[in-house]
Amino acid sequence: MIKLEPRVQRSPAWSYFSPVLAILLTLITGYVVFALLGHDPLNALYTLLIAPVADWYGVTELLVMTIPILLCAYGLALCYRASVWNIGAEGQLLIGGVCASAVAVNFVDSSSAFAMPLTLLAGIAGGMLWAGLAAFMKLRLNTNEILVTIMLNYIAVNVLLWAVHGPLKDPHGYNFPESALFGDSTLLPVLFDGTRLHLGLAFALLALCATWVFISKTFIGFQIQVLGLDASAAKMAGYKRALLITGVLVISGGLAGLAGAGEVAGPIGQLVPQISPGYGYAAIIVAFLGRLHPVGITFAGLLMGLIYMGGELAQINMGLPNAITGIFQGLMLFYLLSCDVLITYRLRFSLPFKQQKAQPIHIAQES
Amino acid sequence: MKKLITTLGVALSLCISASATAKDNVKVGFVYVSPIGEAGWTYTHDVSRQYLEDKFGDKIETTFVESVPEGADAERVITQLAKSRHDLIFTTSFGYMNPTLKVAKRFPNVKFEHATGYKRAKNVSTYFDRIYEGRYLTGVIAGHMSKTDSIGYIAAFPIPEVIRGINAFTLGLRSVKPNAKVKVVWVNSWFDPGKEREAADSLIDQGVDIITQHTDSPAPLQAAEAAGIYAIGYHSDMSGYGKKAHLTAAVHHWDEFYADRVQQVLDDKWQSQDIWKGIGSGMTRLAPLSKDIPSDVVSEVNAISEKIGKGEFHPFTGPIKNQQGELVIEAGKTIDDKTLLGMDFYVEGVEGQLK
Repeated sequence: MIKLEPRVQRSPAWSYFSPVLAILLTLITGYVVFALLGHDPLNALYTLLIAPVADWYGVTELLVMTIPILLCAYGLALCYRASVWNIGAEGQLLIGGVCASAVAVNFVDSSSAFAMPLTLLAGIAGGMLWAGLAAFMKLRLNTNEILVTIMLNYIAVNVLLWAVHGPLKDPHGYNFPESALFGDSTLLPVLFDGTRLHLGLAFALLALCATWVFISKTFIGFQIQVLGLDASAAKMAGYKRALLITGVLVISGGLAGLAGAGEVAGPIGQLVPQISPGYGYAAIIVAFLGRLHPVGITFAGLLMGLIYMGGELAQINMGLPNAITGIFQGLMLFYLLSCDVLITYRLRFSLPFKQQKAQPIHIAQES
Repeated sequence: MKKLITTLGVALSLCISASATAKDNVKVGFVYVSPIGEAGWTYTHDVSRQYLEDKFGDKIETTFVESVPEGADAERVITQLAKSRHDLIFTTSFGYMNPTLKVAKRFPNVKFEHATGYKRAKNVSTYFDRIYEGRYLTGVIAGHMSKTDSIGYIAAFPIPEVIRGINAFTLGLRSVKPNAKVKVVWVNSWFDPGKEREAADSLIDQGVDIITQHTDSPAPLQAAEAAGIYAIGYHSDMSGYGKKAHLTAAVHHWDEFYADRVQQVLDDKWQSQDIWKGIGSGMTRLAPLSKDIPSDVVSEVNAISEKIGKGEFHPFTGPIKNQQGELVIEAGKTIDDKTLLGMDFYVEGVEGQLK
């Protein structure tokens, strides 16, 4: 019989081993699943996990795809550390994209050096404003930020649709819902010729370092963590709760807004109704997979991007249906989350016929 | 050494024969915006992809990628198809227009066909069918089959293509019942069975007795079947989802067009073009008509269809008034393609606000 027993302390070793174990289990299960479905399992795993980054173009594409997810996730991690449950990165990203586009369409034929910075700043401001709304409602009206940020996502989608069907629509676009293509002065410069990897990478790296230092090395970062762990302790210590909550929400909104601006002024190059296939929601998963740590988040984001791209390649190279890739992606997330149980619990093996004496610690779960 | 030379020789001859017979086979890629499913827009393209496989046999290899979002991801998927030696790539959603053009610039030897767009290049063609002709015919059928003279129309996004369909349907409807009304509900999604069903149910509550749609899922049809009223499908024959309700559907039919384009690539005669063909070419059709439609209506519809096919009748023939009752097209005149492509007004008889 296998029993789960709570550990007295979190196991530091397992916090590193659990993702490794999860990936191993995913590979084994994936191998079996693909073999049962009649596909060459090694080829399938190679196509899903290695082929997407087997060449330089693939590597840059993986980065292009992960930049917006990471920007959102770094910000979300700050919020979650403070126990502020911001589910609204998607909406903040969309509003960022809309605000950035509202500026960018004024520079279509201009070569002004201000075009790109203003576009990005507008995006950041838009995201901050959208998250700021949630902060205001939480602090002044005592609303639940989970509900408010989710609802604001839906409002943001409709603001985007309104903008792209209305004021920002390309006047020469046959009434199709798209803005004009942005001018070259607005577009984020591409870092390497022949790829789509753009300046957004620098912003993501900057955000990685900044959030890391901020959360682990500054006093405000410390205050945020205390607030998240024990709100009354933070109050006793005299930390300014309202300021901290507003701070994390606005920073997180600004980063998501930057992600949105980076998409419209980067790989897309115009405002379209589908700026984001759900980056803001993916970022929530990525933030937790990465244990709310900027470095962990970076790995988690790259992994998510990788299996997504692998899914496309599996369709192109092997004719695997999208649904099978979905199963594989689900398996990986399932194992990653479920292996984390080993950090706080220990497995006990015991023989079923041997009666055990009552134990001082109650067994939490049986499996 | 001798062995090496022979090997090199064989390799070289292989290379030469490969380049000389490159036109012996063709690799064709498809990019789909939604899952293939069993009905709807993407389904019609996949039916034709399978037709290509059957028709060309050994000469063709086809690939498809489904559920590709129209944002930044599209360009990567199209690039991956171009990189993996596809000769001809069909990108089947409007949102792929600019990504297709960007990739086409980098891969001048790959041919691209973009559905529903308006931007072309030397190696990028556009194609679509005049589905509004089919819409007009379904409007005529609805005019004969409706008792309340009130029709529900579930629509995705207020873009010209959709508005054109609503207007063509309304003109067909009012050619039979001059006072009939079309109630439009926007669901802001191409595929959202939940929302489509809700929209259909609320339209049924408002007293419509026929439901039609410009969305992908069979949910509106199923709602009509449950309520015991008629429905008209779209994109593909949806009769399997509501045998009693399904009157017909305005459907796309790409088989011959796709086969022509593949043949042209094989013959090295492919050229960029702008295709917008309708009933005359067989690209637009009606799904088999329900047995509930009286035979005189069937023959009337067939007669109009024939006239449209021969170019003797245009569904958008004046006098056409807009919602405000102003004359937009004078009697006897027809609307030009440019106005059709950018259509942004409702004709008289449509209820609801466009903006």
